[in-house]
Amino acid sequence: MTNSWTDIKNTDLVIVMGGNAAEAHPCGFKWVTEAKAHRGAKLIVVDPRYNRTASVSDFYAPIRPGSDIAFLMGVIRWCIENDKVQWDYVKNFTNASYLIKDEFGWSDGLFTGYDEEKRDYDKASWDYKIGDDGFAQVDTTLQDPRCVWNLLKAHVDVYTPEFVERICGTPKDKFLHICEMIGECSTPTKTMTSMYALGWTQHSKGSQNIRGMAMLQLILGNIGVRGGGMNALRGHSNIQGLTDIGLMSNLIPGYLNIPTEKETDWETYLSTRTFKPLRPNQTSYWQNYPNFMVSFMKAMWGDTATEENDWAYHYLPKLDVPNYDILRMFELMKHGQINYYFCQGFNPLLSFPNRGKVTDALSKLKMLVVMDPLETETAHFWENHGIHNDVDTASIQTEVLELPTTCFAEDEGALVNSGRWLQWHWPGATPPGEAKHDTWIMAQIWTRVRQLYLDEGGVFPDPIVNLNWEYADPGDPKADELAREMNGRALGTVYDPADPTKVLADPGKQLSSFGQLRADGSTMAGCWIYTGSWTEDGNMMARRDNNDPDSTGAYQNWAFSWPANRRILYNRASCDLQGKPWDPSRKLIEWTGEKWEGYDVPDIAPTAKPEDVGPFIMNPEGASRLFTRGMMRDGPFPIHMEPFESPIANVFNPKIKGNPVARVFADDAEDFATSEEFPLVATSYRLTEHFHYWTKHNPVNATLQPQFFVEISEELAAERGISLGGRVRVWSKRGEVWAKAVVTKRIRPLTVDGKTVHVVGIPLHWGFMGAAKKGFGPNSLTPFVGDANVETPEFKAFLVNIEPAAEEPVA
Amino acid sequence: MTETAPQPKTAAANPPVQALDLGFDARDVVRISATPDVPQPTRQLDKVAKLIDVSKCIGCKACQSACIEWNDTKPAVEDNVGTYENPHDLTPEMFTLMRFSEWVNPETDNLEWLIRKDGCMHCEDPGCLKACPAPGAIVQYSNGIVDFIHENCIGCGYCVTGCPFDIPRISKVDHRSYKCTLCSDRVAVGQGPACAKACPTQAIVFGTKDDMIAHANSRVEDLKSRGYDQAGIYDPPGVGGTHVFYVLHHADKPSIYSNLPDNPRISPIVEGWKGVTKTAGMAVMGIAAAGAALAGFFMRPNRVDEHDEVEAEELVEAEDHSRRES
Amino acid sequence: MNIDLSRRGFLRLAGAGVAATSLGAMGFGEAEAAEAAHVRAFKLFTTTETRNTCPYCSVACGVIMYSRGDVKVGETAELIHLEGDADHPTNRGTLCPKGAALKDFVKAPTRLTMPRHRAPGASGFTEITWDEALDKIARALKDDRDQNMILTNEDGVPVNRWTTTGFLAASATTNETAWLTYKAVRSMGIVGFDNQARV
Repeated sequence: MTNSWTDIKNTDLVIVMGGNAAEAHPCGFKWVTEAKAHRGAKLIVVDPRYNRTASVSDFYAPIRPGSDIAFLMGVIRWCIENDKVQWDYVKNFTNASYLIKDEFGWSDGLFTGYDEEKRDYDKASWDYKIGDDGFAQVDTTLQDPRCVWNLLKAHVDVYTPEFVERICGTPKDKFLHICEMIGECSTPTKTMTSMYALGWTQHSKGSQNIRGMAMLQLILGNIGVRGGGMNALRGHSNIQGLTDIGLMSNLIPGYLNIPTEKETDWETYLSTRTFKPLRPNQTSYWQNYPNFMVSFMKAMWGDTATEENDWAYHYLPKLDVPNYDILRMFELMKHGQINYYFCQGFNPLLSFPNRGKVTDALSKLKMLVVMDPLETETAHFWENHGIHNDVDTASIQTEVLELPTTCFAEDEGALVNSGRWLQWHWPGATPPGEAKHDTWIMAQIWTRVRQLYLDEGGVFPDPIVNLNWEYADPGDPKADELAREMNGRALGTVYDPADPTKVLADPGKQLSSFGQLRADGSTMAGCWIYTGSWTEDGNMMARRDNNDPDSTGAYQNWAFSWPANRRILYNRASCDLQGKPWDPSRKLIEWTGEKWEGYDVPDIAPTAKPEDVGPFIMNPEGASRLFTRGMMRDGPFPIHMEPFESPIANVFNPKIKGNPVARVFADDAEDFATSEEFPLVATSYRLTEHFHYWTKHNPVNATLQPQFFVEISEELAAERGISLGGRVRVWSKRGEVWAKAVVTKRIRPLTVDGKTVHVVGIPLHWGFMGAAKKGFGPNSLTPFVGDANVETPEFKAFLVNIEPAAEEPVA
Repeated sequence: MTETAPQPKTAAANPPVQALDLGFDARDVVRISATPDVPQPTRQLDKVAKLIDVSKCIGCKACQSACIEWNDTKPAVEDNVGTYENPHDLTPEMFTLMRFSEWVNPETDNLEWLIRKDGCMHCEDPGCLKACPAPGAIVQYSNGIVDFIHENCIGCGYCVTGCPFDIPRISKVDHRSYKCTLCSDRVAVGQGPACAKACPTQAIVFGTKDDMIAHANSRVEDLKSRGYDQAGIYDPPGVGGTHVFYVLHHADKPSIYSNLPDNPRISPIVEGWKGVTKTAGMAVMGIAAAGAALAGFFMRPNRVDEHDEVEAEELVEAEDHSRRES
Repeated sequence: MNIDLSRRGFLRLAGAGVAATSLGAMGFGEAEAAEAAHVRAFKLFTTTETRNTCPYCSVACGVIMYSRGDVKVGETAELIHLEGDADHPTNRGTLCPKGAALKDFVKAPTRLTMPRHRAPGASGFTEITWDEALDKIARALKDDRDQNMILTNEDGVPVNRWTTTGFLAASATTNETAWLTYKAVRSMGIVGFDNQARV
């Protein structure tokens, strides 16, 4: 989230599309109901189903799963055509005026540079015209046909209301009504917020769905302001923290990157990341990359990381592919190329697509290690549970270790919420039996491996035996020790660059901000964006002052918000070019003539003059991007693409299947279905009574939603002879499930490109372990393909078929 | 020495962990089942109420979950029968239930998903209490809470039939009647009910009845501004008003909310009974309405014999006759 | 109107088990309630409060755990109740149906309590000690890494990656667990590293 949960109360219009906030985040959704009650805010829901969020909405419109880009480009087109644009914002704070290379263009649903064989674009033309001064060229009058604004206008021209209706199945009048509601928020004093979640990410073009709304929010001037923003409602309690700390194939804590093989040395690595400003006076904050990176390397390898050895650069692995993401790992596993696999609180048997492939893959491992508080399906993947897990146990040679861990009630530490708040928690219960903290388990594994290397030697032991491990009990590091290490401390004396006689931190002292981090080895910090969370003043994450001066919703002294305790990202953009709030009644910060002041920590230098420095300091332009240059693999603008399994062909170019640059493994390409064989569009989702696959272990939640079901319209039920509460079989090209049928008015058939399209809704909370009735997850059916940029699997739009099934025999 | 718990004003508070003297007790009882001439309390507690704003409800069932946890009940894991309602009905282990109905508004042709939290309404004029033949099994306190004293319950099921909202349920395990207590144990220490505290959107709120009426009026105003011309409060006068009441977007049509009674009243038969006649009259009413609700009663080893039934039927006929005449 | 119900009929109606209340149950005489009106004993008196946050979604609602026993002073503590923290700015004491039932997640019948091992082809788990489990893991990691670590690529560039072992981290663990996990996994050169953010 760019903003916080509590900030949502400041909005005038909430659009929930690509998510279902009332269902999945009920207590966060409270702030929508507050905005409605106290500001008269309106709520729009666009979703294939009339869901729980829709039940309290002011306006609902249906949409076909997987067609969101067409809808969003249609709204942008309508806003431009009807002059619903926050012009001062667009001209000054976005790259609308930047000129794009003449070679760039698009046709037949593809941008310039497409290579069909590589399934990739040559992105050379997707960039600014750079002048002799080294800066990007602009035309502030927006007259130049090559400026981003004019290219955007041309790009969205095809997305008429009629086109939206044809592709999305959204009735034109409903679409236009939503456009009008959204258009009102282009004035500086009205704001819309976007609340989305996996309904947008779990597509082969998920990143572009989100881009589409981000662009709309920029055009309306709604980023960086109270009550606005792009609010990704994240899933798990610490999915934000795990991402921040970089527990992904290609990440280093604080959104730094694991090097690729092409970055053969430290200098090359830094040169591609330390961006120079693209416009005069701009901050380009990533120029500080070396400070963060060296501090990280010092946190990892302490005294062993020196300037002479490039801060132990070669202790880091180098990637030969962009990612060893979960799809690639299970593809390798299926082909016998993975020996050992660890699942720390993760249940891939129900969470990863094409369960048949997942089972095959796990069966090829030498050993699977599962650490979890609960008996997961993954740990029991080899157990036969009849139709619910029909495996041949004896033939599965995988060894399995199931290790009991503690849960939240028994451990201590911080979780990062969706609004980037790091909140500390304390244990209040004794762990059951021999359950252990994850920290203890990881320390025990690692110290034992290190001991084997010390005792026996082995291949490249250096990064292991030299890893910094300064804990009072090396076999059981404590939460406070680890938190302090992430925050970072001075190793040498840290001086103020503006006044070299001024000491900012003495050796051994905790640092108070990432501005104190240095690239000379005098500081260490495990995760630079968390610097300030545990200072010499103590644990900022444990703060519990819930005062909120003037009721802005900021709660500056509650816990700690990264970065730098900032509550709303890009908050400089809440003011006009002179530094005055767009909406004085919703002031966030303000330029006093000398400095920035207000309710939030400004995200530009406190004395940076408003006319000079742009609000988007992480971009070398200082401006936000309506055109993304080469950052997205599938285009600098979002373009309509169909899901890999779709009821209709891509109307721009029937040869394009799915996302033309998404990675597809050979076996999986064979497993994509056509609408001739599988005529129904399926989508998967959560229900409010359950949390993923955890709460089916809880007898209370099992009571509230006991049994796996699918949802279909009355029309489809009539067509297929399915009765309310009857048993049905749903199958895709990859698998089959049996479920109860919930026949509902909340799903209606759509008319798409002249065809009647039925939607089957498949919730995801059942398996074969726990207190609820045994059932299935939608992953028995879903295709093994991910988003072109981040490989998030396409769980939200695929094809199935359905038929009535005989009732389950009573055992 | 402990201090006395305050009268509750809201459910948005954290419970005390240090022992307190309770804010109300037996001295505050204003009515007792099967007990005439209850001495009236010397003090009047603030009248409390739980307001359920159906228009803010997202049907998440947090109220059900919080209710189970607070009351330590164990409702069964049932099957899915094609709806979101689970358990399928109120049970002796499930005191509150979200009821879902899909209603197409004939004026707009738009679907509305009407979700109503069902449970005891804590009537000002409680039919259950009036119908109950067991002295002290049902009491009403001066704050409006109608509570079951299970030790005194004989499991006869008359309260079920006496209730215009079909709320109490008889346990097959201990043959006693159960329903929402309005978390009387929480209210007694200055807290609101568990469901109201948990409710994510604060569709359920709790406080004095006066405060809740004021809040409900402001909600009705907001709904009218959004085009719900018939928005209103459901606080049915037929039972003297209730201490659990609703804001409805379509207050002119309560029955579209999963059969919420349009004009609930205590059966005139129950109203007319006095003393001994109550038992017989209720017996026959129970038979006439025989169904799941009374299963507990009829499963018990003690039954009304034929003689009782015949006489009771005569009584009811006489009652009906006199009502038609009046 | 005065119907003379027999005493026999009354007894059969009320049942022997409730004889003490039977007179009054008929509305006869002046019988009083056997048990005075009372509310249930308040179950949180003398419990220990602990502030925590809900482990489910990313709203991160504040919760208060009520326990018998206090882990802070080294006692064994049993969670007996949990509810929303009314002082928390986001949830203000509210909880969703998952959060409101967290106590029964902590005490789920399917919580794991002992390390267990399933041998190749075996039809069940057997309990093993932590030492056995951890030594087995360490041995496996060391041997697999020594055998499959890729030190350089075809061009002789150091790459130091290990692809034959993978690690999925949990998005419901603490930052502190995450950081320790990061250090352990990365120092060994594992690149097949992911968490729920991917899905």
